[in-house]
Amino acid sequence: MLEVQNIWKTYEGRPLLCGVSFTVAAGETICLLGASGSGKSTLLRIITGLEQAEQGVIRWDGQPMEAIPVHRRNFGLMFQEYALFPHRSVAENVAFGLRMKNLPRAQVESRVRQALDRVHLLAFAARPVTALSGGEQQRVALARAIAPEPRLLMFDEPLGALDRALKAQLADELRSLLHQLGIPAIYVTHDQEEAFTLADRLIMLHDGQVGQEGSPQSVYQSPASMWVARFLGLNNFLSGALLTEQPLCAQTALGVFRGNWANAAHPPVAVGSPLTLLLRPRGLGVDAVDNQISGVVEDCIFQGESFRVALRAADGSLFIFAMPQAQPVGQPLTFSISADDVQFFQKE
Amino acid sequence: MGKTLFQNMRRGVAMPFLWALPLLFLAVFFFYPLIAIFRLAVTAFLEQGLGADTLHEVLQPLEFTFWQAALSTLLTMAVGLPAAYVFGRYRFRGKNALRVITTLPFILPTVVVAASFNALLGPRGGLNLVLMNLFHLADPPVQILNSLAAILLVHVFYNTTIVIRTVGGAWEQMDPRLEQAARVLGASPARALWEVTLPLLRPSLLAAALLVFLFDFTSFGVILLLGGPRFATLEVDIYIQATQMLNLPLAGLLSAVQMTCTLGITLIAAAVSGKGLTPLAPRVQGEGVQPVRGWRSRVAVGAVVALLILLLVTPLAALVVRSVTRLDANRGERGQVQTGLTLEYYQELFINRRQSIFYVPPIIAARNSLIYAGATVMISLSLGFLTAHLLNRRSRMARLFDPLLMLPLGASAVTLGLGFVLVFNRPPFNAIGFPFLIPIVHSLVALPFVVRILQPALASIPISLRQAARVLGASSWQVWREVDFPIVSRAALVAAVFSFTISLGEFGATSFLARPEYPTLPIAIYRFLSQPGALNYGQALAMASVLLAICAISIWVLERVQWDTLSS
Repeated sequence: MLEVQNIWKTYEGRPLLCGVSFTVAAGETICLLGASGSGKSTLLRIITGLEQAEQGVIRWDGQPMEAIPVHRRNFGLMFQEYALFPHRSVAENVAFGLRMKNLPRAQVESRVRQALDRVHLLAFAARPVTALSGGEQQRVALARAIAPEPRLLMFDEPLGALDRALKAQLADELRSLLHQLGIPAIYVTHDQEEAFTLADRLIMLHDGQVGQEGSPQSVYQSPASMWVARFLGLNNFLSGALLTEQPLCAQTALGVFRGNWANAAHPPVAVGSPLTLLLRPRGLGVDAVDNQISGVVEDCIFQGESFRVALRAADGSLFIFAMPQAQPVGQPLTFSISADDVQFFQKE
Repeated sequence: MGKTLFQNMRRGVAMPFLWALPLLFLAVFFFYPLIAIFRLAVTAFLEQGLGADTLHEVLQPLEFTFWQAALSTLLTMAVGLPAAYVFGRYRFRGKNALRVITTLPFILPTVVVAASFNALLGPRGGLNLVLMNLFHLADPPVQILNSLAAILLVHVFYNTTIVIRTVGGAWEQMDPRLEQAARVLGASPARALWEVTLPLLRPSLLAAALLVFLFDFTSFGVILLLGGPRFATLEVDIYIQATQMLNLPLAGLLSAVQMTCTLGITLIAAAVSGKGLTPLAPRVQGEGVQPVRGWRSRVAVGAVVALLILLLVTPLAALVVRSVTRLDANRGERGQVQTGLTLEYYQELFINRRQSIFYVPPIIAARNSLIYAGATVMISLSLGFLTAHLLNRRSRMARLFDPLLMLPLGASAVTLGLGFVLVFNRPPFNAIGFPFLIPIVHSLVALPFVVRILQPALASIPISLRQAARVLGASSWQVWREVDFPIVSRAALVAAVFSFTISLGEFGATSFLARPEYPTLPIAIYRFLSQPGALNYGQALAMASVLLAICAISIWVLERVQWDTLSS
């Protein structure tokens, strides 16, 4: 349905988007995940037509959008911090898009009610939007975006300003609402938890390009690059060199580690070439001779279902693991990591 | 023990005493003269009754005043709104310089502006001379002076700035996402403007329009100098009735009508301002301001810049150029004179041409003006500091006094002048004493500005800042030197510059109070401008140029201390 092809854009002379391409299928929710300043909001604004790309095409059902002005695209966008019209009430905000379609009054009213009902704000219809809490404003903005039944919904970090608990709750609600509506959606965020909750498909945006694309699970399980791994909160890196290919082993300052290639389609690597190893945090358990790591427990933090253990290794580097039991701080600790939880990256 | 006594004194005894000073000042020099005007009007006309003649004499100028103000306001909005849009939504090279230029009308004296437009559009002005030379005409083709058009033009010159500042500022501060949200929801650009942008700008639009209307309503110098005898607004009529027809009761009645109207407008303005204002600031400062791209933006910005330069810069440039240009004398008046550049008009400022007691060399007028301005700065700043300090205490007295203080803003200068004449034209003030009243009336006009500048600066110093300095080891004197003074000194400088330029340019009230032998610069310019002869004309322009230079320096100083950030 939506086709984004080779989009280029510079911002104040610096390249921001360098040939971004992806598609959105019917009923699909994709999440654009990237650091702040990575150009993901700009990409949304290019799709809506609020900004122009320097190169590239946006198509809807094969039709180029370039000549169609913003207000004729029938796309919905929910703005960061909502951009609710302060001079209009809740119901008037929601009715705005319907009025622009010149729908008859009765129909506008019934669809406003329907949209407000979907976000559980029917009782708030007559209130001024300036008297609402952050979460309520977010819902009004959502109702306003869905009321005209756009053919594509876009969300620009819509939960950014809310506190953690509310964020999780609203993300869940949004997920079920999007499934009910069946409207394809693009959701921009820098928060991986939100992305995991909402996305059918993740698109990782890095250095102006799509760094990786896939289901949340596949991206988390096999990050295509160290950047993706780091962005998803995987930070246990260890330098080494390729020792043997069969079995796949690497020599490091902390001993020999067995593991797997993070990216199966990697270019050929000669024995002895430098590598970076990612140790996934799910450590501990397997009693094997290899893949052993030892160090001193520097900190142990209770995290609910597990403990977050910081281990200072012999070479001075710090690793973070999730462990089922508490470990005494200051004591030495040695444990093994399954080869499945060790991923090899070519040195970048 | 001693400390408690001191505190008691400050809280219990000293406060009412301190309040007494500004209250007394306003009572004696503002309310007393105004009451005197009302009493005069009431006694004179209630005894004789309001005849049809009198009614006509009041209604005619009232009607003209209203409708020229309404017309001026409409025109000003028509010019100011596109400019406000360009200022609020675009950034372009030279924008800052243009912004500085638009601040000029804020402090330019009416006589300078009148002289400037005379130098540009008058029969001996730049435009006519160029046209006459080009097409070999014997008579000046542009006859705009002494017409309604001239009045409207100068009002637009003066007040476009207000629209740009008020509406442009609000536009810049408005989150561009609101308009974008409307666009995404299916509104065309025109519909987004109509349904979202304009309603959100309404408070600033209303405030700007009312302020412009008020200024046009009370305009005096412009109409006296450029409108000619056919156009009498209330202000001009008060002046004429009081000083030329010597019909004080009618002048008083006109003044009473004038005051009632301005008070009404001020009250509406106060009620409107601050209402319906919602915080709309963009997430990122300056986010809604874009560079100029595409031919449409180029045309819009280019047209506005060109229009503003044409409107604001050309008259002032014409003034300066004309003040150093000698022409073929006015129908051979002073013998054979060659066209060319000359400093003659400036040199003449120092020479007493006519041996008359009522003729005063212009340099003396400049000296008088500087003395009055210096005195005004001293009076208005000392009263202003005291008042600002008291108002910041948020006492009941402060709430009561705050609106009272702003009243002189709405009172017309001519009315004040008339009031002073009524009240003080008797021993010990009369004649000889009048020069001393000039800095007082100037201070009265300047005081609201001074207080509004000083008050936020004084209030902006959080107590924690002083406490932090104390804890870090500063003595109370050091606290004042290191914390209070640096913060307040900028505001004090701005206030001083403001009251200085207000005093230098004040014309309406001064025209009542200045004795022939003690003229100020604006009075001298007025006299020279209304007398025939190339030399008189040249000297008037030279003096106006000097005032213009002083104003330009003031603007430069104000820009240096960034009074914009200060006043916001």
